[in-house]
Amino acid sequence: MTATAPPMVPTVPVAPPAARSRGRDIGWWGMVVVIATEGTIFLGLLSTYFFLRASAPRWPPAGIELPELPLISVFSVVLIASSIPIFWAEAGIRAGRQATLRIGLLISFIMGAAFLGHQAYEYSKLTFGWTDNAYGSIFFVTTGLHGLHVLVGLLMNLVVQAKAWSRKLSSDRHVSMQVFSLYWHFVDGVWVFVFASLYLSPHLR
Amino acid sequence: MATTDVRPEPLEAREELEEIWEDDPGVPGFFSTVDHKRIGKRYIYTCFIFFFVGGLIALVMRAQLAGPENTVLSAQAYNSLFTVHGTTMIFLFNTPVLAGFANYLLPMMIGTRDMAFPRLNAFSYWIFLFAGVFFYSSFLIGSPPDGGWFAYTPLTTKPFSPGVNMEFWGLGVAFVGISTTVGAVNFIVTTFKLRAPGMSLNRLPIFVWSMLVFSFMVIFAVPAVTLAAGLLELDRLFGTAFFAPGAGGSTLLYQHLFWFWGHPEVYILFVPATGMISAIIPVFARRPLAGYLWVAASLVAIGFMSFGVWVHHMFATGMPALALSFFAAVSLLIAIPSGVQFFAWIATMWQGRVRFSTPMLFALGFLLVFLLGGITGVMVAVLPFDWQATDSYFIVAHLHYVLNGAVVFPIFAALYFWLPKITGRMLGERLGRASFWTMFIGFNLAFFPMHILGFLGMPRRVYTYSSGLGWDSLNLLVSVGAFAFAFGVLLTLINFAVSMRRGALAPDNPWGADTLEWATSSPPPDFNFEAVPVVASRHPLWDQQPLPVAVSGDDDATRALGVPGAREHTTPVTGGLRAAPEATMHIPEPTVLPCILAAGLAVFVTGLLVQAVVVGVAGLVLGGLGLVWWAWRTGEQ
Amino acid sequence: MSRMRHAAAFAWVLAAVLALTACSDNTSALDAHGSEARHIAGLWWLMFGLAAGVYVVVAGFILVAAFRGRRREPSGSRLRPNTFIAVGGVVVPTLILLVLAVVTVTTTGALRKAGSDPLRIEVTGERWWWSVRYTGRAIVTANELHVPVGQQVQIGLDSDNVVHSFWVPELAGKVDTIPGQHNVLRFTAEKAGTYLGVCAEFCGIQHTHMGFRVIAESPGTFERWATAHASPPRQPASELAAQGQVRFQALPCAGCHTVRGTEARGTVGPDLTDFGSRATIGAGAVENTPENLGRWMQHAQSVKPGALMPNLTLSDNDVRAVVAYLESLR
Repeated sequence: MTATAPPMVPTVPVAPPAARSRGRDIGWWGMVVVIATEGTIFLGLLSTYFFLRASAPRWPPAGIELPELPLISVFSVVLIASSIPIFWAEAGIRAGRQATLRIGLLISFIMGAAFLGHQAYEYSKLTFGWTDNAYGSIFFVTTGLHGLHVLVGLLMNLVVQAKAWSRKLSSDRHVSMQVFSLYWHFVDGVWVFVFASLYLSPHLR
Repeated sequence: MATTDVRPEPLEAREELEEIWEDDPGVPGFFSTVDHKRIGKRYIYTCFIFFFVGGLIALVMRAQLAGPENTVLSAQAYNSLFTVHGTTMIFLFNTPVLAGFANYLLPMMIGTRDMAFPRLNAFSYWIFLFAGVFFYSSFLIGSPPDGGWFAYTPLTTKPFSPGVNMEFWGLGVAFVGISTTVGAVNFIVTTFKLRAPGMSLNRLPIFVWSMLVFSFMVIFAVPAVTLAAGLLELDRLFGTAFFAPGAGGSTLLYQHLFWFWGHPEVYILFVPATGMISAIIPVFARRPLAGYLWVAASLVAIGFMSFGVWVHHMFATGMPALALSFFAAVSLLIAIPSGVQFFAWIATMWQGRVRFSTPMLFALGFLLVFLLGGITGVMVAVLPFDWQATDSYFIVAHLHYVLNGAVVFPIFAALYFWLPKITGRMLGERLGRASFWTMFIGFNLAFFPMHILGFLGMPRRVYTYSSGLGWDSLNLLVSVGAFAFAFGVLLTLINFAVSMRRGALAPDNPWGADTLEWATSSPPPDFNFEAVPVVASRHPLWDQQPLPVAVSGDDDATRALGVPGAREHTTPVTGGLRAAPEATMHIPEPTVLPCILAAGLAVFVTGLLVQAVVVGVAGLVLGGLGLVWWAWRTGEQ
Repeated sequence: MSRMRHAAAFAWVLAAVLALTACSDNTSALDAHGSEARHIAGLWWLMFGLAAGVYVVVAGFILVAAFRGRRREPSGSRLRPNTFIAVGGVVVPTLILLVLAVVTVTTTGALRKAGSDPLRIEVTGERWWWSVRYTGRAIVTANELHVPVGQQVQIGLDSDNVVHSFWVPELAGKVDTIPGQHNVLRFTAEKAGTYLGVCAEFCGIQHTHMGFRVIAESPGTFERWATAHASPPRQPASELAAQGQVRFQALPCAGCHTVRGTEARGTVGPDLTDFGSRATIGAGAVENTPENLGRWMQHAQSVKPGALMPNLTLSDNDVRAVVAYLESLR
C-alpha cells in the first residue's frame, strides 16, 4: 500500500472542547436500536394476530378451546420476575461485587429456563398444530419466536456468566452485562404484551 | 484557548500510521477487512454489477415489448424477468448502494476514523453479497422467482406456485433484510456517538441527516417485509395458514405487511438520494444550502409521514372508502416536505452561481425528473383517479420517474462527485456530459410515453399485447428510449474504466466542497484523520480555515482525538448536544468472524431452501459459534 | 422567458396527445362512456391543468435559478430564502392539495354508491378467464358481459384462487377480486358500444390473456339478449353440429365445460352455452374463428401456454363436428 500524502488543507492544532462525563457504551446504544427493530417484529405479529382475529367469524376457531390460564400465568410471573435478579446482578457489578453478579445471572437463568421448559410442555399438550389454521399458525409463531428470543437470552446469559467467572467484568467495565440485561428486560417486556394478547384477551369477549 | 505545539505528522510517521491501519494483503485481507471505506467501495461495486444485470434484464423485457405479439420471451420467462428485475433494483441495487455510499462517506463527513461497529459493518456486506448470490443462484437451476417483486398471495403460496422459484424470493428477501437492518444500527449509533467534537446535530451535513432518517425508517419498516416474506415461507415450507383464505388466513394481511414496509422503502431510497443532492448543489452553486433547517425538518417529516400512507398501494382492493380516504389525505400531504426541499434547492442555486460540471448536470436532471414523478405521485394519491391508474402503465411511469429518475440520477451525480475522492482519479467531463444527456433523453423517451399507455388501458406485467389497441408505436418508443438510457449508463462505465487507468489524479478537494470528507487526501488514508477536526460550522472547509484539529489529552475522554488516538487504532466517542468528547473507542482489528457468521446464516438459509435439516442445523451451528466467539471478544477490551 | 414558453408549448402538445387517446378505438380511460370513467376523466383534466401549470412554473424557476449565474456576476440576489421556501414549498402546495382533497372527497362520494334497482351480475376471476353469472336470471357465460345503457350495474367480484382485478377503462376504475372477500363495483354505461376489459393484477402465467368485453346496449336490445340467453340453446341446426353435440358430451370436454340443456356440466372451465357469440377464444388469446377453435382444442398449450386447457388428441372428424357445434351455440 503506497503511502498517501498528508492532506493539503491547512490545519492548526487546537485543544478540544471540554469533555463530558462518560455516557452509555456504544454497544448499549446498539442494543437499544436492535430492540427497536425486534420490538417492531413483535408488534407486527401481534397486529397480525388481531387482524386475523377481526376477520374470523369465531376466535379461537371451532374445535379449539380458549387458552388455559393457570399454569401460563404462573410461569409468566416467573419470567417477568427473572428480570429482578438481573437488576440485582447489574447493581452488584456496578459496586464491584463479583459474587452478586454470578449468583444473579444464575438465578435468572434458572427462572428463564423454567419458563422455556413450561413452554415446551405446553406445546406438547396443545390440541392444535401450527398448520391447522391461521389461529394455530399465529399462536405458535408468536410464542415460538418469543421462545427463541428467550433461548438466545439464555445463551447470552451463559456467555456473560463465563466472562464473569473469568473475571473479565469489573465495576467500571461491564458492558456485556449492561447489554445483556437490556436485552433480557426487553424479552420479558415483550412477553407481557404476548401474554395479554394471545392468552388473556380472548377471555375478555 | 491554549494550543499545544503539534505539527502535522511528517511522511515517515504517516507510513507508520498506515502500517498500523492497513489490512492484510491479498485474500486474507479481503475477507477480514473491517475498514468502512473498503466495505463501502465493495458495496458500490457489487451494487453496480446488480444494476447492470437488472438493467440488461429490463432491456430484454423491452425487446419483447417493442412490438405486439413478440416472441423474444415466453410468458414464463417474461414473468420471471420482471420479478427478478424489480427485486434486483430495489433489494440488490438501490437500497444497498445508498448504504454503500453512506458507509464510505458518513464516518468521514462526521470527522471520525471508522463506524461504531466495524465488524458489524463487514457482516452487513457479506450478508448482502450472499443474499444476492443466493437469489441469483435460482437461475442456475432454471427456477428464477416468477411471482412479481411484491409476491402477492395467494399466487405465491404453494398451491399456485408449487415450484421452488419463490423460495429464492422469500428466503432471499428475509435474508437481505438482516444486512439492511444491521447497517441502519451502525449508521444511527455512529452518527450519534462518533461525531467530531463541536459537530452538534444542527451542523450535521444534510446527507448525514438523510442517512439518520433512512436508518430509523429501516428499523421500523424492514420488520414488516421480513414478516411478509417470512410468513409466506412458513406457509410454503411448513404448511402454516397465514395466507390461506380457506383456513382463516387472509390475502389482505400479506398486502398490509408488505406495503407497511413497501411504502417507507421508497422513501428509504428517496431520502438519501435527496441528501446527496443537498450535498452537491451547494458545492456547484458555491454557496451554502438555503433553508438548512427547513430541509432537515422535511426529511424527518417525510420519515414519519411515510408510515401513514401504505394503503394507497391497495386502493383497488375494495376496502371502505372512508378508510381509504385517510390514506389518500396523508398521501397528498407528504408532497409538502418534498416541495420544501425543492424550493430550498432552487433558492440555493438562485442565490449562488451555478457551474455545470457533470455532478451538477445529474442534479439538474434529477430536479426536472423528480418534479414530474412527484406530480404524478400526487395525482395517484387522488383515490378515484388511482382506480384508473393503479396497475396500469401510468404507475409504471410514475414509479420509474421516482425510483429510477429521482434515485438513480442522484446516484450518478454522487458517482461523479465522490469517485475522485474514492479512487483518487478524476472522471472525464466530456464523457460525463455525454452520459448525462444520453441518460436524460433516453430516460424521458422510455418512461414518459408510459403515462399515455396507462391511459390507453395497458395493464402492468403483461408479456405481450395485441396490435390494434393503439399501443404499438408508443411501446416501440419506450423500448428505443430504454436502450438509449442503457447506452448512457454504458458511457459512465467506460468513463470509469478509462479514468481508473488514465484519469487525472484527483486533488483533495477538486470541487471546492465544504464538508469534512474533502479534508483528506484522494483516496484517503486508512485512518481518515490523524487528528480529528474540531467543528464550529456546517461548512468546516469554507468557514474554518485553517481547519482546527484536536490535540490528544491524557484522559480516556480525549486521548483518541489527536495523533496518539490514530496510533492506538482508536477513535473518539462524543455525546450530548454539542458532541463533547467522552470516551475512547478501540477500533477492532480485521477479522474473518463476520464473514464466517454470514456464511453460517447463508448455509442455514440454503438448508431451508433445499429442505435439508442437516444443512440448516449446520448453518445454525456455524453461525451460533461465530456469534458466541464474537460476543466473547466484545465489550470489555 | 423563452424557456417557459417552450415548456408551456410542450404542455399543450401533451394535452393534445392525451386528448387524442380519447379518440382511439378501444380501451382509453379518457374515452369515457361510463358514469365512473366520466367522473374520473373530468378529475384528470383538472389535475392535468394544475400539473402542467406547476411543472411549467417550477421548472422555469429551476432553469432560471441554474442559469442566472451565467449572465453576469450576480450582485447578490434579492431572494429571501425563508419566504421563498415557505411560499413555494408550503403555502402554494397546501392550497393546491386542498383543492385536490376537496375534489377527491366529492368525486369519491359520487362513485360506487348503491342505486335503487341495479342489474346484478356476479363475476368471478378464474385462471385465466372471467366467469359471469346474472343473479336472478339464470344466465351464465364467460368473458363477456351485456349491460343496458342507463341502468346501474352492480358487479359482485370474487375469486377462489388468486387475486385478479376487473378493469374496463372506458367505463370505470378497477376493483380487485380477492379470495376470501366479496367486492362490489357499480357503474352505469352511458353509451352503447363494446368496451374491452383486462385483468389488472398479476395473477400468474397467463395474466396477459385474461381479457373480457362489456357490451352496452339499449335496454330493449339487452332484454332480448337476456331472454334469449336465459333459455337453453336450440337444438343444433346442421347435422355436423348435431354430431358435434353428441361428441362434445362423450369427449373429455363435458368434464370441464357446461352447455346448458345437455349432459355437459363441468365447472372447471368456462360455460360454453353461448360460445358461438363470443368474440375471442381463451379470454382474448385469439379471435373466435372455426380455424382458431380447432387449433385451440388440439394445441391449447401453444395458443395460451400455461392455460389449464390441455392439448387434446382428437380425430379430424371430431374436431370438425365439435367446432361446428360450438360455433352454432349463440
